[in-house]
Amino acid sequence: MTALRDAFLSALVALGLFAPLVGLVTTSGEHGLSLELRPIATAIVVGLVFFGRLVVLSRRGRTRTETTQANRALAERVTRAGKYVTPILLVAAVALPFTGSRYYIDLGTLVLTYIMLGWGLNIVVGLAGLLDLGYVAFYAVGAYSFALLATTFGLGFWTCLPLAGIFAAFAGIMLGFPVLRLRGDYLAIVTLAFGEIIRVVLINWVSLTNGPNGITGIPRPTLFGLAFSMDGGPGTFADFFNVEPAVIQRIIFLYYVILGLALLTNWVSLRLRRMPLGRAWEALREDEVACRSLGINVRNTKLTAFGIGAMFGGFAGAFFATRQAFISPESFTFIESATVLAIVVLGGLGSQLGVALAAIVMVGGLETLRDFLSFLGDQMDSPLFSGIASELPLYRMLIFGLALVVMMVLRPRGLVSGRTPSVALHKVKDIAPDLVAQGRG
Amino acid sequence: MTALLSLSGVTAFYGAIQALRGIDLTVEKGEIVTLIGANGAGKSTLMMTICGSPRARSGQIIHEGQDITQWPTHLIMRRRIAQAPEGRRIFNRMTVHENLLMGAEVAGRADTADGLEQVFTLFPRLKERISQRGGTLSGGEQQMLAIGRALMSRPTLLLLDEPSLGLAPLVVRQIFGAIRDLNRTTGLTVLLVEQNAYQALRLAHRGYVLVNGSITMAGTGSELLARPEIRAAYLEGGHT
Repeated sequence: MTALRDAFLSALVALGLFAPLVGLVTTSGEHGLSLELRPIATAIVVGLVFFGRLVVLSRRGRTRTETTQANRALAERVTRAGKYVTPILLVAAVALPFTGSRYYIDLGTLVLTYIMLGWGLNIVVGLAGLLDLGYVAFYAVGAYSFALLATTFGLGFWTCLPLAGIFAAFAGIMLGFPVLRLRGDYLAIVTLAFGEIIRVVLINWVSLTNGPNGITGIPRPTLFGLAFSMDGGPGTFADFFNVEPAVIQRIIFLYYVILGLALLTNWVSLRLRRMPLGRAWEALREDEVACRSLGINVRNTKLTAFGIGAMFGGFAGAFFATRQAFISPESFTFIESATVLAIVVLGGLGSQLGVALAAIVMVGGLETLRDFLSFLGDQMDSPLFSGIASELPLYRMLIFGLALVVMMVLRPRGLVSGRTPSVALHKVKDIAPDLVAQGRG
Repeated sequence: MTALLSLSGVTAFYGAIQALRGIDLTVEKGEIVTLIGANGAGKSTLMMTICGSPRARSGQIIHEGQDITQWPTHLIMRRRIAQAPEGRRIFNRMTVHENLLMGAEVAGRADTADGLEQVFTLFPRLKERISQRGGTLSGGEQQMLAIGRALMSRPTLLLLDEPSLGLAPLVVRQIFGAIRDLNRTTGLTVLLVEQNAYQALRLAHRGYVLVNGSITMAGTGSELLARPEIRAAYLEGGHT
């Protein structure tokens, strides 16, 4: 009985929330905008909440220890599966272009860009424990460094890539200095502001960045000097290998470039974690005072974390610029920082595999959800659903937000939340997620 | 012979609040010196001031003939001074092994294996727990880990801030025993801050009593133990 009442109350709250969100829609008619009511759609959503709440309540009977045990068993299974997941993902990533589908390769490139950004940010947030809400700034610095160097001095992608990384690293260190003494929320606010400052500068420094109009005509990367142009003239990829020039060749090449860059990021962070510097980062996340009392130069350790994390953001930015051939400040808004941070947190702070999985879910999953919803909409041709069916894909963000909330309730420490020790004498034993303290910003 | 560590007229502030009022203190090579006092007397502040955080506002701190008063903390800690800070402050999510390696960071990794061996001889418990996460250890084990971590840098001067805090009497005796062994076998100099005055004074060669940021008494351990005012202020309550 109490369960019914509880579910009814939840449904009531949902009604209050969704009546304006889902139940009202503006349509442009003859006399300007007019308001249209959609009681059925609202009823469906409220009904879902009602039954969802009932299901949740019926499962609540389980005791806490049961849940913990179930969680631990799940974690063990995930860890064991993890051994296979990594090679499977890797093979799938290498094999993806052989599907020949431009859509999948483009999606894969996008996902890999976010994986790389996630791994880069993971150094700052996951390892060193410095909550950075302005990571997009370094992405922007990398993209603009490459774009400006290429369009002004005619330098190629491979020459500019390291330079873009260096510039971004400098930006990271520049940000690092004033925030050395800040922690947690305060650090987050300042980094957030830093991200915005970079974007505002890009918009307003018209003489350098061309302001909101952005930079066009950014050159594409070449394969050891072989260009991917459509004319098939001498010195191009198509001419050298004696094949018909096709756009897909460039798409596939770009895909492998970002795959390589992402794997490089992963390799470097894994190496660093095993080195004294990486251990110092982790120790810094745990306890700054203890670090200082062990003779660790906290300032330099923090700055290297900011610098190296930013460098990978810069690489990713340069790649973004060369892939799009056009960049403008619009691409570097706060939502990008938030997405990357969400990937890192969802993946389980500090876990490389978790970041990859989270990026696949967040970026790839969102796209797949859009496709699925429009497919679902096409199936619902009953007049009952008129007006909803065609708009179903628009609700993907709502569903996605719900999925995130559910996820944080079920696995509050991220998808892969165990931590593998960086040194081990005998057998590597993972640290179970329920023993890992919640990350402190 | 100059003292290993000597403080003269050291004052320190937290904002506008004066925590240390002209401290004079010396620690000779090979000694165990203890600093006792009530809550808020400035014991931990004195320890932290030696490490340069907070910096002394006036006075001088001399270590091995070098004035280190204005040095940054991490450089002070590289002069083979090691500290096991108050509240242990071990790295919870890292394993015992990783915690110990963090201690060796300063010394360079040449003799890490020897350092680990020494720590494990002193605290065999830590060896059993080597791949366990620091945060899962018991309080006593965590304190052993904090001391072990400090020893990994092969210090000549060990600063211990309340190693008995929150530990059972048996464990305290174990840890104090380990400190005494270390001092006897390797000649390690120890500066020990303690609330557990009886145990500390029995262990130490010399002691200082800190009241409201100033040193009010000094003497050998047994001298101080015999003083009626010490007994009244710090020892009443039947210690064993």
